[in-house]
Amino acid sequence: MSDPMRIRAVAKDGAVNVKILMSHEMETGQRKDAAGKPIPAHFIQQVSATWQGKVVLSAHWGTAIAKNPFLEFNFKGGKKGEKIQVSWTDNKGEKRTDEATIN
Amino acid sequence: MDQTRRNALKAGGGASLYALLAAAGVLRPDTALAADWNQKAFEAKNLKDAFDALGAGSRIDSADIVMTAPEIAENGAVVPVGAVSKIPGTESIAILIAKNPTSLAANFDIPSGTEPAVSTRVKLAETSDVYVLVKAQGKYYVTKKEIKVTIGGCGG
Repeated sequence: MSDPMRIRAVAKDGAVNVKILMSHEMETGQRKDAAGKPIPAHFIQQVSATWQGKVVLSAHWGTAIAKNPFLEFNFKGGKKGEKIQVSWTDNKGEKRTDEATIN
Repeated sequence: MDQTRRNALKAGGGASLYALLAAAGVLRPDTALAADWNQKAFEAKNLKDAFDALGAGSRIDSADIVMTAPEIAENGAVVPVGAVSKIPGTESIAILIAKNPTSLAANFDIPSGTEPAVSTRVKLAETSDVYVLVKAQGKYYVTKKEIKVTIGGCGG
């Protein structure tokens, strides 16, 4: 199981700024190991963030997102003390969901 | 919730089903995008094929898209790219890297209530033009910027 995401959500001026740091290799499938064998691709394909049951951002990713992906966005309406959930699914079907409280 | 179902489908062979349907020409890429990971677009080996698979065969150059990215990236493995769209009705924002082995890096759906602005970090195999593609009210808008790379992000 992968490490938890680090999620920071801060309410300011009627919008919530969300910064997410995920822990994932984001292997492209282009690289070879020491023995010259290709390293299979292993990367996050889908990300979604929800607040009060509403999707506030969803993303589809390819292999060009950097290792340990970073994502920042802003949505309107969230208030301090409310929670947001962030989920990802990778190309091997592994998934992870983490929750954060809006500050 | 729908998202759970989508994930379940994905895990349970959704990808292969998609490939089958895409191969049979049942799914149109532009309509499939919202529902599932657009395999055709993400596996496209060049910019034109990626744009076509996204349904963005024709695009309008726009000064209303602001891309924040370094002119020179010392390390192609971690290049911060931010995109802000000032185009009304922005529905999605995609990032494409012309000279990567596969051009499409990311496609963000922007629901109403979410600001049409995202920041992330991408990999560049070599010095390349980076494109931000915005879909708004059924039309596609694009801007580009060259990012010079001194150490490649792939194959290293």
